[in-house]
Amino acid sequence: MDLRFTPEERAFREEVRGFIRDNLPADTRDRMKLGHPPRREDTIRWQRILNAKGWAALSWPKEWGGPGWSAIQRMIFLEENLMAPAPELLSFNITMIGPVLIQFGTDEQKQRFLPRAANLDDWWCQGFSEPGAGSDLASLKTSARPEGDHYVVNGQKIWTSTAHNADWCFVLVRTDPNARKRQEGISFLLVDMKTPGITVRPIISIDGSHHLNEVFFDDVRVPVSMRVHAENKGWDVAKYLLGNERTGIARLGKSRERVQAAVAMAREVNFNGAPLIRDDTFRRRVAQLQVDTKALEITQYRVVSAYDKAKGAGRADPLSSVLKVKGTELLQAATELAVDVAGPLATPIWAQELAAMNEPDELMEAGSAGTASYLMLRAASIYGGTNEIQKNILSKAVLGL
Amino acid sequence: MDFEPSDDQRLLVDSVTRLLRDSYDFTRRKSHMALPEGYSPAVWAQFAELGLLGLPFAEEYGGFGGGAQEVMLVMQAFGRVLVLEPYFSTVVLGGTAVNLAGSAAQKQAILPAIAEGGLKLAFAHSERQARYDVTDVVTTAKRSGGGWVLDGSKTVVSHGEAADKIVVSARTGGERYDEDGITLFLVDAGASGVARRGYVSRDDTRAADISLSNVAVSDADVLGEIGGGLPVIRRVIEAGIAATAGETVGAMEAMNEMTLEYAKTRVQFGQPIGSYQVVQHRLADMFMAQEQGRSMAMLATMSIDNPDDAARSHDIALAKVGVGQAGRYVSQSAVQVHGGIGMTEEYAVGHYFRRCMVIERLFGDPAYYLAKLADEVE
Repeated sequence: MDLRFTPEERAFREEVRGFIRDNLPADTRDRMKLGHPPRREDTIRWQRILNAKGWAALSWPKEWGGPGWSAIQRMIFLEENLMAPAPELLSFNITMIGPVLIQFGTDEQKQRFLPRAANLDDWWCQGFSEPGAGSDLASLKTSARPEGDHYVVNGQKIWTSTAHNADWCFVLVRTDPNARKRQEGISFLLVDMKTPGITVRPIISIDGSHHLNEVFFDDVRVPVSMRVHAENKGWDVAKYLLGNERTGIARLGKSRERVQAAVAMAREVNFNGAPLIRDDTFRRRVAQLQVDTKALEITQYRVVSAYDKAKGAGRADPLSSVLKVKGTELLQAATELAVDVAGPLATPIWAQELAAMNEPDELMEAGSAGTASYLMLRAASIYGGTNEIQKNILSKAVLGL
Repeated sequence: MDFEPSDDQRLLVDSVTRLLRDSYDFTRRKSHMALPEGYSPAVWAQFAELGLLGLPFAEEYGGFGGGAQEVMLVMQAFGRVLVLEPYFSTVVLGGTAVNLAGSAAQKQAILPAIAEGGLKLAFAHSERQARYDVTDVVTTAKRSGGGWVLDGSKTVVSHGEAADKIVVSARTGGERYDEDGITLFLVDAGASGVARRGYVSRDDTRAADISLSNVAVSDADVLGEIGGGLPVIRRVIEAGIAATAGETVGAMEAMNEMTLEYAKTRVQFGQPIGSYQVVQHRLADMFMAQEQGRSMAMLATMSIDNPDDAARSHDIALAKVGVGQAGRYVSQSAVQVHGGIGMTEEYAVGHYFRRCMVIERLFGDPAYYLAKLADEVE
């Protein structure tokens, strides 16, 4: 046992930090420092910079552009990237469709899609959830009927993050409505978002942003060559995708960055005639978050180093459910802290009207962005398997209940 | 980073576990408790035989040259069965004090004797008025002839009655709360003027209040520098926190296993209560608390040798809070899921609950360390 980073790991962290400092475009960094999410163009530009360096396709094999890092190195990179703060690599591309195609894709699919996914030439989105199939994903109804060398897809997906930005969508469809078990009649298709019959309708979320969408499929023709893995075996692909390395799921760097931002703001705002940072209750709240962050950091490295030891083989570690639950609780607590620090500054919406007054007010802008982040991250314990589902997984996989 | 125990560490855990399996089920523990000592001298001898009593000491002092990790693993195994023997007071607290501050002659006189099972120590630092404040020492040591005379009293000294020698902190200079002026002494438990009032603590182990009145101690029994005891005391406490963090992890494992087993077998409304989601989620939360606590016990263990004082005490404080909170959550939940049976003295879970409660406030509770961390927020 040795909990310390090796000299090589420390040097690696320095290298990553230096590269991000020198290459992250200043306008992206400045916006994100105030707490804004990255814009579409920020994400694309940064992922291309990283890809040019060979640092985008994090967990992919070297032959497909992966950097050949250990899981611990990947963790260090993700932390530094979040703490910068820099845009995250597009997870749909990097941790979802990439590994899926590497595992199940045909050579043609790999060659066509992988390099473009790494470079964010294609923006992918995930067509899983439906109005009637949320946590109970296997009850999905969107159908794909074979017709010659095509499938004809009909149905509706919902909560499709960034579908309005996306070039492609990986979609779970029902190809055998009569399968004995619901999981056995599902296939996994790659769908070009420009195909006729697709309609994307925005869902504005409580933070005021357009991130989520409904996607309607109306006789959408998808070539059979765009099916990944065998027909009716899509559930295996989905399970692989959801269980595939989820080590970055705790997003600890983001929580740290949000707590730091809250502490910085606490120096600027007053409480009972003194800077809020002098207040004991506030300081204890920060201290408690430090405790929770440290515990999760070590748990995360335990999971990751076990992953390295197993050479990435085998099933997902059920401990990754711990990372999901505790990581999202922490994210929510960190953004909640930021909102409480902002006080009345948490209420104005820094959008067209205020921004158009051309009077820079960084405190108000940060207060508004902090609230948006707080509101948006209520979703963190819902997406990717709700925290209640994660506890079901732990009950079954770890406790045997 | 590497979280896997080495082969030697695995062997150690295996042999301790085997020993405890034979001598430490819950029924046997009750009979150990009923002995006059409040623990089993026979088990103590087995610990010596297995080399556990000299585990962290250098080989030249009859030890095995183990470190904080080995101690953590042993304490974890002890926590699983709630060992009653004075291991913590003798090997971890007293042993660390002698190891850190003792002269070569003192180490030679004490450490091999501990390792062989012939000498037990206690660490008498806390005083009634001090609560958790380490600098609040009013026991005095005054120069007298060629030696020292000690006066004062120490409270809730773990295994104070069992000890052959007591490590006592006393003021040789400065005022109450001063960092300087505290000195450590090795006092014979049988010395004239030492009075021990023993009692059973909530965790079934024995503790004692110790009063010192006109106790004569020679220069040879000063442990470390005169007036420079506080840094040693801090290190001893940190070693104690790391060791009991490991013990808490063992206790949490045992409680979680017990509770899970109970949930699988206890039938209500025609089904095992573990089939109800509300119970499942409670158990999942208990598991998560255990794993987060384990991470923090690792942090404590791997911090105590860090030479950077500020970083070390910061990490120890983080771990103390994290493990304490985890232990409290698991304990309370374990009793809750058990229902009525969890309330009974004859059932094991309440004993784990009480041991965790005692550990939680040993050398300071989570609120105390959280306040310390809060002071550092900048």
